Amino acid sequence: MTGFSSTNLSEFFSLFTEYDILGAFWVNIRLTFWSAVIATVLGIVLIIMRISPISSLRGFAAGYCEFFKNMPLTIIMVFMVLGVFGQLKISFSDTFTINFFWLAVTGLGVYTAAFVCESLRSGINTIPVGQAEASRALGLSFMQSATQIILPQAIRGAVAPLGNTLIALLKNSTVAAAASVATETSSLMSTMIEFHSEHIIGIFLIFAVGYLILIIPIGLLTTYLSNRLAVRR
Amino acid sequence: MATEILNSVHIHRSVHVGDNIENPLVELSHVEKHYGDLHVLKNINLKVGKGQVMVVLGPSGSGKSTMCRTINRLETIDSGVIRIDGEVLPAEGRDLANLRAEVGMVFQQFNLFANKTILQNVTLAPMRVRHMSKRDAEDEAMELLARVGVDSQAQKMPSQLSGGQQQRVAIARALAMHPKVMLFDEPTSALDPEMVNEVLDTMTQLAHEGMTMICVTHEMGFARQVADNIVFMADGKILEAGSPEQFFENPQTDRAKDFLSKILKH
Repeated sequence: MTGFSSTNLSEFFSLFTEYDILGAFWVNIRLTFWSAVIATVLGIVLIIMRISPISSLRGFAAGYCEFFKNMPLTIIMVFMVLGVFGQLKISFSDTFTINFFWLAVTGLGVYTAAFVCESLRSGINTIPVGQAEASRALGLSFMQSATQIILPQAIRGAVAPLGNTLIALLKNSTVAAAASVATETSSLMSTMIEFHSEHIIGIFLIFAVGYLILIIPIGLLTTYLSNRLAVRR
Repeated sequence: MATEILNSVHIHRSVHVGDNIENPLVELSHVEKHYGDLHVLKNINLKVGKGQVMVVLGPSGSGKSTMCRTINRLETIDSGVIRIDGEVLPAEGRDLANLRAEVGMVFQQFNLFANKTILQNVTLAPMRVRHMSKRDAEDEAMELLARVGVDSQAQKMPSQLSGGQQQRVAIARALAMHPKVMLFDEPTSALDPEMVNEVLDTMTQLAHEGMTMICVTHEMGFARQVADNIVFMADGKILEAGSPEQFFENPQTDRAKDFLSKILKH
């Protein structure tokens, strides 16, 4: 093994021009963003079902969460490609890359929704039962008390677990490789290692540091918001 | 020890409260409730007339809070009938919500909405349930807040107010729906001693204005001065009912005598 020489270093830095590393991170950020949108909307629908007075809705939502919490993400991603696209012929676009991108987003979104629902549930557990009783006692309907009183407080009480879910989602976005999204970071890393195995440690570090740069601010922001938004009682 | 002995005494008589009242605003008849094996409400029969103030007294665990909460169905009942202004309490859905809007409730823990300002706490239900305009709802809310003496706090959050102020806001919030009857479930039990009177004063004022009220409380002074009718509960039963004079001067049952001797001694 040779030490770092100047030729070695310049070769290493040429990797940045040879490969679109920032572009790959951008793919993961976009995957994360759109899956987060889906997961948030679906997660809120699920938590409303979970606290609703209708037992069949509660049962469905609980089943959904148990199923996706216990299912490996890789299996979901492969199913999106082989099952949803391959067998069921459901396709988002005629363009190959766009189609797989949205298949991956959907897989990530429905998977993460289960965790969003669980995070919100932990937020709901921070709300005294009297808040719901008071809103029902005033004649508000279930949906009115859910959207006006319970969910706003649940979300503010669940900032920390929601932040962790977002961090997990960003990391999980690399599993999109299993859904044939070839331009994202983990796929690019494999390609780079294949052709530049002499820089294997350096390549690892590029991606590791890249994720740290993305994720540490999310953690800091959640801690800040979690204190800032906490419901004072 | 004493309660164990009393528990073993079966009192077959069940007291029907306000039997002579015609067109009662609130009526409970043959109401029963169990929590598992625990029989918490035993054959409750009572009627409250319009404008009456009924105070429910009794030891902890006697079922008085539970009874109060059944009246707007925050607690379900196993059997029996509850009527508000002649109408049977609906089981669920929109009908129940509509009925709850007619019954104001004030809780021991205030339960102001922690994510809303004081003003929003009062305007929320009139706007969402009664579809009042924001402007009208806010005008009325400010009037009510002024009546209970907290209008200067309108823009604050509940956590910034003292317990007594929060409870007065809770009363204003319930009044904003123009309820036919107000339920008070131990409204002063969570308050610092200094703040009890400001809440009791508000309640007294309300009683004098002719509001129909059912108050579960341990405030004997309030019960004596404001109540038209005292109901004494123990072990899930109504043991006695009568005017404050009758009850405090001449309690009929041993359980009530025992209760009064414990609370009036100091």
